Amino acid sequence: MEFGWLEVTVASIVLTLVLGSILTRGRDWLDPEFWKRYAIVGSVVMFIFLWILTFDTLSKTKIGSERVPSPTVINYKIGYEYNPEKGYYMPVVYKDQKELLFGKEYTEEEAMELITKGKLVIQSRACMDCHTLLGNGAYYAPDLTKSWLDPKWEKIVVPMTQAKDKAEAMVKFLMEPDKYATWMRRMPNLGLDEEEAKAVVAYLKWMATINTNGFPDHFGESKLVKF
Amino acid sequence: MERILTKLWGDISNLPESRKIALMYWTVAIVLFGAQLLFGLLAAYQYINPDFLYSVMPFNVTRMLHINAMVVWLLMGFIGGIYWMLPEETGIDVVGAKLGKIAFYVLTGAVAIVVLVYLFIQWGKGNFFTMWFINEGREYLEAPRWADWGIVAVMAIIYYNVLATVLKSGRITGLMGVLLVDMVALAGLYLTGMFFTPNITIDQFWWWWVVHLWVEATWEVLVGVLMGWALMHVLGTPRRIIEGWLYLEVLLVFGTGILGLGHHYYWIGTPEYWLGIGGFFSSLEPLPLVAMIVHAVYDAGVHKLKTVNRPALFFIFLQAFGNFFGAGVWGFMHTLPQINLYSHGTQMAASHGHLAFFGAYVATNLVLMYIALQYIRAPEGPILDSKTWRIAYVGMIISMVGMVGALLVAGFAQTFFERAVGGATWQDYIVTQMHPWVKVPMYWRLGFGILFFLFYFVLVYDMLTIGRKAPTTETEVKPA
Ligand code: HEC
Ligand code: HEM
Ligand code: HEM
Ligand SMILES: [Fe+2]
Repeated sequence: MEFGWLEVTVASIVLTLVLGSILTRGRDWLDPEFWKRYAIVGSVVMFIFLWILTFDTLSKTKIGSERVPSPTVINYKIGYEYNPEKGYYMPVVYKDQKELLFGKEYTEEEAMELITKGKLVIQSRACMDCHTLLGNGAYYAPDLTKSWLDPKWEKIVVPMTQAKDKAEAMVKFLMEPDKYATWMRRMPNLGLDEEEAKAVVAYLKWMATINTNGFPDHFGESKLVKF
Repeated sequence: MERILTKLWGDISNLPESRKIALMYWTVAIVLFGAQLLFGLLAAYQYINPDFLYSVMPFNVTRMLHINAMVVWLLMGFIGGIYWMLPEETGIDVVGAKLGKIAFYVLTGAVAIVVLVYLFIQWGKGNFFTMWFINEGREYLEAPRWADWGIVAVMAIIYYNVLATVLKSGRITGLMGVLLVDMVALAGLYLTGMFFTPNITIDQFWWWWVVHLWVEATWEVLVGVLMGWALMHVLGTPRRIIEGWLYLEVLLVFGTGILGLGHHYYWIGTPEYWLGIGGFFSSLEPLPLVAMIVHAVYDAGVHKLKTVNRPALFFIFLQAFGNFFGAGVWGFMHTLPQINLYSHGTQMAASHGHLAFFGAYVATNLVLMYIALQYIRAPEGPILDSKTWRIAYVGMIISMVGMVGALLVAGFAQTFFERAVGGATWQDYIVTQMHPWVKVPMYWRLGFGILFFLFYFVLVYDMLTIGRKAPTTETEVKPA
């Protein structure tokens, strides 16, 4: 099913008005009963529309859908590019360029297991009470939506941690953020072991491939910061 | 318990059981309010001195306690309000008072355990044990799963109390009708926040069902009921008018707020149609809040501001205007997707969140508590009033506006520098945080926060003392 926002908006309002006026026919508008009926109709109609949209949204955001890709994308190089047709930035998975995580190619099942672990780690440490993910959470630390694509990993953290690539640098940072701090507001050491840190890195890479309708706009193209 | 309540609130021997339960909830609520502020101050201070409690109680823990204490005390306050109005709306005392009291102790005990675990264990390994017993790590809903189920059980008991009382009384007022439906929706929504999925898009999709459909739909209707009831008491507005307005408010709140949910579905991976739907309906969400202002101001005007309860009347004004500005105006500022693309997840949201919660929900709770104080301490009037409530009132408003203003400046600067000029990266974030327009407001927020905390104590002092010296209550002993 394809929905346009305007159709939904107009339909829900028209339906409310039509049903409401049928059910309140002949009643004075100063009568509380008049508003009671309208209140019931309005709430029920809007809720039904929400349910329909919910089913549609859930089917379009399953893992493995176009918007929320399969976790096997962690085996490839990914990017974030302006899409002139859509008018916003979109994640791109370069299926012709392998970029293995920790030197291993993950099957669908293994990749799924890894990101499930990653999500559990993220929840267990309440990362979202310092950071935002997809823009939701707390404002004490940087947004992590596209953290995987952040230029700072290669420019600063890889040399600082003497890691051999970005993924390894991220693991080292996550395991000892207090040691590799880059400003006064340090991230505390949350006791992540290596397995947990790797799972988080996989999660961050996968999350960066979700189509977020262009948020954050022009990620990484900064007029404020030059490395 | 009766002894403690008598000491804190006054002579409660003639109160129906329902109202004693209300006072139990309110007592805990006010204490948790103080705890909320204390942890908010610690978090605010960590912005300025990040080394403070760095390895003992880092920011995520102080913040978690701040916002969880808020959710719990506001809910407990509402529950108190429901128990307080119940005997009057039904004409009889609550059915199942004993069970209701047990539920109170269970809830309070569960909250205490959760707080202790947050404070001393803080987090666990990334597995399901942690989700069930330590921390679920989803903002506002961090409480571990066992506590979620505890809360559901307690809510069921409270619902039973209300429903059984209404049924036994054999009459149902419009206020109670709306309340009964709204409570089901409110509790039902909580259930949608209780599962684990690795898919963060779907996780946040349901998470917002709880958070948005609570504060912008079911809580908003709940305070519509409580404030309607309050207006009848404080100003003597006829029930027919109150109920007519309430239905209009329900229509507007649910009519705009349900699909207004879409304003949180712009950037979390959900389809593009949410930009239009969310933008359109959430822009209309201020409508019911305008209606509420008109309602309160009109009623007060009709009665030429004559009231038996001055603090309650003024907190009603604060509620109407605070809800309108905090939720309506501050919410509208960043609700269109074209703005939200850049302001999403910045201090803009914190600015809005503080003013909205304070105006809409803190104020509602204080109205109800002052109505109770008058009933207990000065039932014969002539009027409940004092000097200290005015100090607390003005002081809290000024300090909240100060905090919100500071966060607004920081939010604008963050939106502009980090998101528009910058590329929203780690380093863009850091550079912006060190910009004076973000850095300095963090000091202002702390300063006004300390001020707010001081006025909280003035408020508590006033609640403990107001109306106690009214001679009419001392001399006349009236049976119920
Ligand atoms: C107490 C607050 C706090 C908590 C909790 C926290 N972080 Fe951080 N995090 C920070 C701060 C502050 C920084 C910036 C540190 C620096 O620049 O040295 C940071 C930086 C990061 C970065 C690099 C920034 C970027 O934009 O890519 C990542 C990745 C990260 N954290 C992931 C996590 C994960 C995963 C968790 C949960 C397991 C977590 N953080 C929990 C405060 C926190
Ligand atoms: C002493 C006064 C207060 C101080 C110092 C304070 C401080 C803070 C701080 C530091 C945060 C974390 C923001 C971030 O993530 O960067 C926060 C969040 C929050 N506070 Fe407060 N606060 C205070 C009072 C209140 C009150 C009275 C309320 C409402 C009743 C409230 C509601 C909230 C909410 C809802 C959030 C989450 C905001 C969001 O995620 O956007 N706070 N507060
Ligand atoms: C009393 C009612 C309201 C309360 C208590 C409230 C509270 C909040 C809080 C606490 C947040 C931050 C959530 C988080 O932690 O991520 C938030 C976000 C938001 N609110 Fe409200 N709100 C209310 C009403 C409204 C209304 C009426 C509107 C629109 C007109 C609105 C628009 C928004 C928007 C757009 C966001 C998302 C901010 C972002 O993108 O980061 N709110 N609200
Ligand atoms: Fe919302």
